[in-house]
Amino acid sequence: MAEEVKLFGTWGSPFSRRVEIALELKGVPFEYIEENVSDHKLKSPLLLKYNPIHKKVPVLLHNGKPILESLIILEYIDETWKQNPILPQDPHERALARFWAKFIDDKVNPPVWRALLGSGDEREKAMEEVKEGLETLERVLNGKKFFGGETIGMLDIAANFIAFWLRVVQEFSGLEFLTPDKCPALTKWCDEFVSCDVVKEHLPPREKLIAFTKNWLSGNGWTD
Amino acid sequence: MAEEVVLLDFWPSPFGMRVRIALAEKGIQYEYKEEDLRNKSDLLLKMNPIHKKIPVLIHKGKPVCESLIQVQYIDEVWHGKSPLLPSDPYQRANARFWADFVDKKIYDLGRKIWTTKGEEQAAAKKEFIESLKLLEGELGDKTYFGGDNLGYVDVVLVPFYNWFYVYEKCGNFTIEEECPKLIAWAKRCLQKESVAKSLPDEEKVYGFVLQLKKAFGIE
Repeated sequence: MAEEVKLFGTWGSPFSRRVEIALELKGVPFEYIEENVSDHKLKSPLLLKYNPIHKKVPVLLHNGKPILESLIILEYIDETWKQNPILPQDPHERALARFWAKFIDDKVNPPVWRALLGSGDEREKAMEEVKEGLETLERVLNGKKFFGGETIGMLDIAANFIAFWLRVVQEFSGLEFLTPDKCPALTKWCDEFVSCDVVKEHLPPREKLIAFTKNWLSGNGWTD
Repeated sequence: MAEEVVLLDFWPSPFGMRVRIALAEKGIQYEYKEEDLRNKSDLLLKMNPIHKKIPVLIHKGKPVCESLIQVQYIDEVWHGKSPLLPSDPYQRANARFWADFVDKKIYDLGRKIWTTKGEEQAAAKKEFIESLKLLEGELGDKTYFGGDNLGYVDVVLVPFYNWFYVYEKCGNFTIEEECPKLIAWAKRCLQKESVAKSLPDEEKVYGFVLQLKKAFGIE
């Protein structure tokens, strides 16, 4: 039976793009369905059927069965398609990869948006949180080429937000989150990551993302 | 060679209870260390410098942090006995989804129920019950979320059962009325030794919360 793999995603979401990278890395062909996430009324009936609780992308559909939440999807992909493993074999290393992926989603991603949206003290506080998070990740990277070692792994994929979205926000807003003097290895990692074959096709168009984010900042909501 | 397993914990923590249950299910001997969260030990701060939180599982000197990650670690290292996660990737993804759902909803909503009043509390109660009903839907007619045996989602959710008493007293409602199937499930789990010995008495937990409320000036 031919495998049927579909991905409901959206072009601007780092979470959605993570899944694309993993599928590309494993060489799994898939059908991509772009979802309009700005307006609940415009979300497709299929998305609402497969993710009734959170109503979000990404949703991976494998032979008709939905898998939800980007980090959970990454683990599913790794367990289902064994080539080019993205998680280490050793249980302690696996626990660390999971810990740092969660750290990025809980402690680095949200304050970037808080810094962008906020002002004064609130912005300062959020900036500090991001910088601390990045300096921690610099130590985790420990001079390696990728978090996964010589090739990208789950943690690199989870950190896609830093390599692209964070740096785009930094460039257009002037908010200096990531600097080469504080985080030399991480800065280098960003360049290495975005140049990977399996990654570069799965990044949003830069100008489009900037325009979209500026539009959101001016209070127009997440519209295309 | 005795494998050294240490658990840094705090007795009323539902997150700590998850790890206690998982270790008990696997029959692992370990050293339990009670932490005073107002005076955290050097060991805790060294082993979890990022979050400075319990539980921390230390295995052969190496720390594992975050309860969901700890339970998965335990399941992977001691994979021969009482598997907690299913072997099928789709079922594993489903179990992880529901564990993530519990983490997104139950603790925070429960906390709002015992720390707030009025409209905020009412809204929290409503969403809390809705969340429990969704979990009931997932349980269906199964004995446990894991099927015939305790599984990952059971271990993740059941520690909140002895906090239900706290939510009910503070929120002035009965969970059993709204979610009888879930309460029946929890009572089945408590028949298991691994669960029964990992969950402190609900009156003791309530006493602890009353002390906290007093200390923080919460009515």
